Amino acid sequence: MTTATMPQAAATPTAGDDTLLDVRGLKMYFPVTSGILFQRAVAYIKAVDDVNFTVRRGETLGLVGESGCGKTTTGRCILRLYRPTEGQIWFDGVDIAQARTGQMRTMRRQMQIIFQDPYSSLNPRMTAGNIIGEPLAVHGLVSNKREYRERVGELLSNVGLNPYMADRFPHEFSGGQRQRIGVARALSVDPSFIVCDEPVSALDVSIQAQIINLLEDLQERYNLTYLFIAHDLSVVRHISDRVAVMYLGKMVEIADRNAIYENPQHPYTRALLSAVPIPDPVLDAQRERIILSGEVPSPLNPPSGCVFHPRCPIATDDCTRVLPEAREVLPDHIAACINAPNYGPY
Amino acid sequence: MDPLLEVKNLQTYFFTYEGVVKAVDDVTYEVMPGETLGLVGESGCGKSVSALSLMRLIPDPPGKTIGGEVIFDGENILDVGMDDMRRIRGAKMAMVFQEPMTSLNPVLTLDRQLTETIQLHMGKSRDEARRDAVDLLARVGIPDPERRIRQYPHQFSGGMRQRVMIAMALSCNPRLIIADEPTTALDVTIQAQILELMKSLTQDLGVALIIITHNLGVVARYADRVNVMYAGKIIERGSAYEIYTNPRHPYTVGLLDSVPRLDQRLTDETGNAAKLVPIEGQPPDLVNLPQGCSFRARCRWAVDQCAVEAPTLQPVPSEGDEPHVSACWRTDELGAQALSYAGGGR
Repeated sequence: MTTATMPQAAATPTAGDDTLLDVRGLKMYFPVTSGILFQRAVAYIKAVDDVNFTVRRGETLGLVGESGCGKTTTGRCILRLYRPTEGQIWFDGVDIAQARTGQMRTMRRQMQIIFQDPYSSLNPRMTAGNIIGEPLAVHGLVSNKREYRERVGELLSNVGLNPYMADRFPHEFSGGQRQRIGVARALSVDPSFIVCDEPVSALDVSIQAQIINLLEDLQERYNLTYLFIAHDLSVVRHISDRVAVMYLGKMVEIADRNAIYENPQHPYTRALLSAVPIPDPVLDAQRERIILSGEVPSPLNPPSGCVFHPRCPIATDDCTRVLPEAREVLPDHIAACINAPNYGPY
Repeated sequence: MDPLLEVKNLQTYFFTYEGVVKAVDDVTYEVMPGETLGLVGESGCGKSVSALSLMRLIPDPPGKTIGGEVIFDGENILDVGMDDMRRIRGAKMAMVFQEPMTSLNPVLTLDRQLTETIQLHMGKSRDEARRDAVDLLARVGIPDPERRIRQYPHQFSGGMRQRVMIAMALSCNPRLIIADEPTTALDVTIQAQILELMKSLTQDLGVALIIITHNLGVVARYADRVNVMYAGKIIERGSAYEIYTNPRHPYTVGLLDSVPRLDQRLTDETGNAAKLVPIEGQPPDLVNLPQGCSFRARCRWAVDQCAVEAPTLQPVPSEGDEPHVSACWRTDELGAQALSYAGGGR
């Protein structure tokens, strides 16, 4: 199945057998066009710009960043909902970055997605049962009607819904229940890898915990691997084994969960963490607070050197010129800052 | 000191085809001059409706404030005529909405939108009003206000638009600002900027602030006192310190336990990954509220009495002068320690 579009396609990942996904030099540029009839690309939005990371089998990699940082685009490139501009995506030993549509269709049995908004991601004219069962029919996973109904019922009960709810339409469910349907649909083809794109951010606080616990239970039960995309750092800390932080299309830091939260090496990660309020007035008052000035620059015209330098509290002159390379600043701790790891503990 | 705002037994109902929605039912609270009050709850609990009722902005039909008093600055604003109300709104009491994208008029420049209020309420000339408006924009941290004031809302980012909304709210020196989910639509780092700005401006100018939010962390950091709402009623009130360190209502405890926190332990005593403790079930349907306590169906501690009669707010022992009240039959019996299911997490 390997597509030989890349000269180094033969060089399969060496990170060991426990690597399920290996993303190398991923770039996704969206053209900005001008002209009515003959649209020319006048500029490119670098939504994802040279991103590298791996996901190990059975782990949860949290991907955090603010809106527009490219985290969702990264997730969609991995599922090939976008064709990446450049780079390799090794999934289970196969580079799917340039795979053809037919090949991708079979690959997608292995990789599924749970969307953010349970209100707009379910077809209002399909019953819950058909939403969950459609992938079964598409991939030919069931041979007859009875099997189909049984499997749909089983999936519904796996996500904590009643099998008799299969005949209801999405509007008859609450937000939390709809998200459960989205989870059941993703699980229907028995995938090994699921991209969870902000799966709880549209839900109420008391319902969020229900879905998070469900995702954790399912992971244990079916040995699933998650790429968990979210902007809520507390949720990501809870569910992830490792965490990757993105800013303006670049990966700025990747490390073990504890390392990221206890000893962040990139000034952006530090600022991001300090901005999260803790629901405890006493503890919260004692925390160091880094309020970043300014806003995220346009990805159309990113700053020179380090993309974070205009907002960085510790930027030096070099930062405006040198593009910081993502490097291992501490064992198993990658950060893209030329000044790391030269500051104290968080 | 007399309270600036006294809300007494406020009842706002919506008369719909499905029945009467008791969005706000018998809500009583007060706001002292210059204080910051947090109003917390999940979607549909009536927190926004209670704020809109204060501004007399409930769409009628179907909504109607059918009972209670809102004493603002010595006068019951539920009794004043619409013309007088227009003089209070914006001048003495201002509002910051959740969506900075939709609450500014897209076809008018900021100049027009900001000066209109000032001219109307302060009786100033166009030129004076413009000078005030430029000062205000500078004050809320918009760089180059002279030039920016001539621009349209689409030329501003989300955070900047929210700053404009705050400038607009402050423009007539109000005594009370109601901020309805002011930062929910914004990114974490921008959220921190906006909240810091609101807190420092209201403190400097002695303006009282009501922050309506579902984010417990935001309230912990910025509010002096907190009201927790559930199904149209206030179920617990106290100082921020009391609510977070000594929550007494099972719903408040449930909310605090169900959100992952940055300072939380990730493993329990036995070394297993700590699980979140969700509040099971869904919030009740406001059309068919159950008899008795509306939280009963989701409550672990419900007893027979809870089904018979709804509990009222009763004082609980607290530290400090600020009274702490909770509406639960078993408040005395169940200490905060016993209530907290997660225990070790907090």
